[in-house]
Amino acid sequence: MAVAAVKEYDFAPLDRHENFHGNQLLFIGWEDHLMFCAPFAFPFPPDMPFRAVIEQVLPGAFGYHPDFAQIEWAKAEWFKSGHPWQPDFDKSLADNGLGHKDVIRFRTPGLTGIKGSCS
Amino acid sequence: MPNIMLVLQANEETRPIVEAVAEDNPHARVDHQPAMVKIDAEDRLAIRRESIEEKLGRPFDLQELHINLITLSGHIDETDDEFVLSWNN
Amino acid sequence: MDMKVAKKKLGLKERYSHMTRGLGWDTSYQSMDDVYPYAKYEGIKIHDWDKWEDPFRLTMDAYWKYQAEKEKKLYAIIDAYNQNNGHLSVTDARYLNTVKLFLTGVSPLEYMAHRGFAHAGRSFPGAGPRIACLMQSLDELRHAQTQVHAISNYNKHYNGFHEFRHMHDRVWYLSVPKSFFDDAVTAGPFEFMVAIGFSFEYVLTNLLFVPFVSGAAYNGDMGTMTFGFSAQSDEARHMTLGLEVIKFILEQDPDNLPIVQRWIDKWTWRGYRVLALVAMMQDYMLPKRTMSWKEAWEVYFEENGGALFKDLARYGIKMPECAKTIALEKDHLSHQTWGTFYNYGAAAAFHTWVPDEDEMNWLSAKYPSSFDKYYRPRLEYWREQAAQGNRFYNKTLPMLCTTCQIPMLFTEPGDPTKTCYRETTFKGEKYHFCSDHCKKIFDDEPEKYVQSWLPVHQIYQGNCFPEGTDPTAEGFDPLAAVLQYYHLEFGRDNLDFEGSEDQKNFDAWRGMATRNT
Repeated sequence: MAVAAVKEYDFAPLDRHENFHGNQLLFIGWEDHLMFCAPFAFPFPPDMPFRAVIEQVLPGAFGYHPDFAQIEWAKAEWFKSGHPWQPDFDKSLADNGLGHKDVIRFRTPGLTGIKGSCS
Repeated sequence: MPNIMLVLQANEETRPIVEAVAEDNPHARVDHQPAMVKIDAEDRLAIRRESIEEKLGRPFDLQELHINLITLSGHIDETDDEFVLSWNN
Repeated sequence: MDMKVAKKKLGLKERYSHMTRGLGWDTSYQSMDDVYPYAKYEGIKIHDWDKWEDPFRLTMDAYWKYQAEKEKKLYAIIDAYNQNNGHLSVTDARYLNTVKLFLTGVSPLEYMAHRGFAHAGRSFPGAGPRIACLMQSLDELRHAQTQVHAISNYNKHYNGFHEFRHMHDRVWYLSVPKSFFDDAVTAGPFEFMVAIGFSFEYVLTNLLFVPFVSGAAYNGDMGTMTFGFSAQSDEARHMTLGLEVIKFILEQDPDNLPIVQRWIDKWTWRGYRVLALVAMMQDYMLPKRTMSWKEAWEVYFEENGGALFKDLARYGIKMPECAKTIALEKDHLSHQTWGTFYNYGAAAAFHTWVPDEDEMNWLSAKYPSSFDKYYRPRLEYWREQAAQGNRFYNKTLPMLCTTCQIPMLFTEPGDPTKTCYRETTFKGEKYHFCSDHCKKIFDDEPEKYVQSWLPVHQIYQGNCFPEGTDPTAEGFDPLAAVLQYYHLEFGRDNLDFEGSEDQKNFDAWRGMATRNT
């Protein structure tokens, strides 16, 4: 369905990739840890290695949680747009098939938040 | 049965109105809440000018209700003498 | 001697007819379609504008008379309240944060409503709706003004009030109410009337004003109570206009039904999402509680809204689908929303806090199936950490829903442990949503929502720093720059209530008001 309008109605999206000065947006959520109220949004260069996200970015974002220090990354389960997915930590975001505004989340088996409340 | 609601500010101007409405509509429930009075009734609620004038001891224009009205629900039928709220079904 | 014969007064219905229809006319030098260019493009078919009935039958002369009376009463009370240092009579200074949120989030919407109804009124070829829209447009302007006047007194004493207008157009959480209303005023006149006149005013506005204003009364805020009830006295007329619009459109042509149903579905959901702010006001921000969000929803939507939709069934209108999702969210909404503001308490222009033990017990009692299980553990953890000097401030920007612009804080319907993710692709671009309903609204009109000004994305594009900022400079602090752009003063307007200037001042002034040393 199209917008009802008195004349032609066509505008460029506000969040096109080229508006982000070379970065692309990546959204990352941590399952079962809703103390962080929502998934996070990050602007990353497409050639950034996935490992750098894990080692240099996530500690600053999720490190406040007591479960974070106990994560065994080798056991983490990953999802892209809700479907099971496996990142290669040594490849770049682009080579992992991640594009502008993709959403990924990870589950850390055995870690279920404050007193098991998924907080 | 569908509910009709009329909510007025709780003050000296509305006290006689609430009394008149309660007497004219024996099926209505009057609920005094903080700073307001909520009147609920099934299907129909009538606010009559004469009954209010009787309580007030002065002429009353039903449009004066606007001053102290908080909210209402239902279809409105208003004349000089009566302000009726109802659902049609 | 002549006998003076009293001239028979016209009855209400006749007066109304002469003073509205009697003053309208059809154009002759120009076609009506040229004079009313927005009356047809939305696809709504109107055959006879004279079938419009304004149930209140209020004419402009009576309107001025009653509005003047309301204003005199209102300003007399506000003056007395201020002269008497009324601000010191509120329950405690935490309460003032509800007023900050109201002034920054809601009052500017009143002004937009003024513009919206003026525009809608100009667009309708019928005299009846034109007069009704004119009155409502004036009412909304009055609401904006009286709210600013009443609340300006708090600005003399407390933080967070000083730049409400500037903030409304910029601050991340204020983009939620702002984009809601911008969406409505950029629609056609019929959609605007269904959106604001019906869905917001009739179906939802009771949830904004009645519990909030009653809450103000309960918390000793006579100023807010007075402007609230004064505004609400107009609201009853607005609700009636909203209902009349729906009936009128539906009675005019059967083809109007699917369009109106889609608008009702859309705007009930859009409005409900904005009310997430009210839910947390009621459950977390009023020191003295009146009723819970859940109770208010049950009384004002499920009971009264239920009767309304039952009545509209004769036109073929159905209760919006989203009502089922909302029913599943009612045990969670306020907790998830307040948790979000607690997370981002460094970037909000009001204070946040963890509820005290009594308040948590009240929440347990009001939300027996959800509070202790899902929300108490995180609040207690935050309280523990704050006591150790490690208060939680989330510094990473959240993912937002493209439609409602709220951080993706809502959980899957029926599973409060899983974030609800929805996405769609339009012309090669991905878009994300918090719910099926926000996704559907986008999918129906993607060309409109690709223009969403999402605060997080705007920050990352470099559009939310003060003019002249160089984000590549050594030691550039993006959060500080964004707060400067908001005109939000770090350490005064934001952070926890505990230790705030508001808290200290209120305690000191109240002490001075009750003691002689």
